[in-house]
Amino acid sequence: MKEEFKIIANSIQREKSILDVGCGDGELMKFIYENISKKIRGLEISKDNVQKCIQKGLTVIEGNAELDLQQFPSNSFDYVILSQTLQAFLNPEKVISDLLRIGKTSIVTIPNFGFWKVRFNLLFKGTMPVTKTLPNEWYNTPNLHMCSIKDFVNFCNDRKINLFKSLALTNNKVSSINKVNLNFKNLTSELGIFLIEK
Amino acid sequence: MNEFNDIKKIIIKKPLKLDCGVTIVDYPVAYETYGKLNQDKDNAIMVFHALTGDQFASGKNPITNKDGWWSYVIGPNKALDTNKYFIICANVIGGCMGSYGPSSIDKKTGKKIGINFPVITINDMVNAQFNLLDHFNINKLFCVTGGSMGGMQVLQFIANYPDKSKIAIPIACSASHSAQNIAFNELGRQAIMADENWKNGNYDLENKSPAKGLSVARMAAHITYLSKKGLQEKFGRKLQERDKIKFGFDADFQIESYLRYQGSIFVDRFDANSYLYITRAMDYFDLSKNSNGDLSKVFKNTKTKFFIISFTSDWLYPTAENREIVIALNAINADVGFLEVKSDKGHDSFLLDVPDFLNALKNFVDNSYKK
Repeated sequence: MKEEFKIIANSIQREKSILDVGCGDGELMKFIYENISKKIRGLEISKDNVQKCIQKGLTVIEGNAELDLQQFPSNSFDYVILSQTLQAFLNPEKVISDLLRIGKTSIVTIPNFGFWKVRFNLLFKGTMPVTKTLPNEWYNTPNLHMCSIKDFVNFCNDRKINLFKSLALTNNKVSSINKVNLNFKNLTSELGIFLIEK
Repeated sequence: MNEFNDIKKIIIKKPLKLDCGVTIVDYPVAYETYGKLNQDKDNAIMVFHALTGDQFASGKNPITNKDGWWSYVIGPNKALDTNKYFIICANVIGGCMGSYGPSSIDKKTGKKIGINFPVITINDMVNAQFNLLDHFNINKLFCVTGGSMGGMQVLQFIANYPDKSKIAIPIACSASHSAQNIAFNELGRQAIMADENWKNGNYDLENKSPAKGLSVARMAAHITYLSKKGLQEKFGRKLQERDKIKFGFDADFQIESYLRYQGSIFVDRFDANSYLYITRAMDYFDLSKNSNGDLSKVFKNTKTKFFIISFTSDWLYPTAENREIVIALNAINADVGFLEVKSDKGHDSFLLDVPDFLNALKNFVDNSYKK
């Protein structure tokens, strides 16, 4: 399993309720279901992925997070997970506010646009970055609103969102992000993992 | 109509007060079963049929000699696997396959009840069928499922008996019949009533049934079960056994011939009065009526696990109406999954060989049984 998923799973307490927004083929959900909590549900836009989830025995609603999150009542889940999906939304700000409303804690991960390889691509090659975490070309990328770790931290600070845990992931190595090392982590990390609350 | 001496039925002794106020007692409910009930009695699935369906969901229908209406779904190793599950399907009251309906004989007069049959609702149908649990000594079903009107019965069942089924799968249905749904049903009813043989519902007395009216009702309804794209691909403007149009009102086009055929075979197996009563029951269906339109309240405290399925090309019970049910269940944090299956086959998709549908249904049912 992806290192990212292990970190997310480790952040969740046993037997708590979880909503995985954009749960994909259900790999993370299945791990959590089998090891941490049976009270997990998913929301997924792709019919093929919903089928894969059903095959795994997972409860998933086919839907679009930007339209369908509003139907979930406030504080209805202990955790809401958003794994590497934020950048694909038309209105990420609205999605984040829905996550904070629905979940007591939200776990958000983002591919870091501040990663040095990304900067290198644009700076020296002069082309839009294509990396392991950003595998698409500019013309077929689903990503509409890319951001860096620093952007996301600023976003939370500006909105007084309680960012109580920030982790960076590079080459399967996890480290903490803090005020002091933010610029450095923003340069050296492929992925940011954030635990946020209202 | 046909004789029903050989089909399975139970006589319900317990009085049932119908929504219209009439109480019925000692009435028959005809049913069929598939597979075996296990020792723990935890593998029972109740399947509810749609408007023109009956208890013969799988295998050969002994009356029509055709495959059961859900043959793609029910059988060994199929989505509802008869090697694993015990499947019960009953004919709804109001129907014409042996359950208490307008073609039943009134003991007092010795004649068919006809239009004196009380107006029934989906709620009445479900309450009548619930007696089968007692009959089989089943405390709790594993699953309730059905499509179209069958799906409405699934919703009603959980609303009435929130702890009597582990899982519920309403398919291609709605929690409230729309104006469009009512309009199409009214069209069918008016076609029947306009047939001079209908005779205010007393046609059976003279042994001449309103076959023309019933077949027009069926033709109109049949169009609503298919999608525009499906019709166009199958028939287009193809002519029926001729090279050019004949400048008359014969069935020039294949689609005309097809609809006429569908209408003509339907009248052999279905009672016109039953068609009136059952479509009326569907029109009266509005599950959240007693909770001021709040569908969530209807399902409050349910522990049932739901899986709702709709079809992209179904315009009779479109995805948006199925989604209303999902939204209501989400609002009370119920355990609910939802899938919109891609299909060009319209509302009828739930009856046909649509692999994405059949696979999803099988996976959901089998995985839920394991847990």
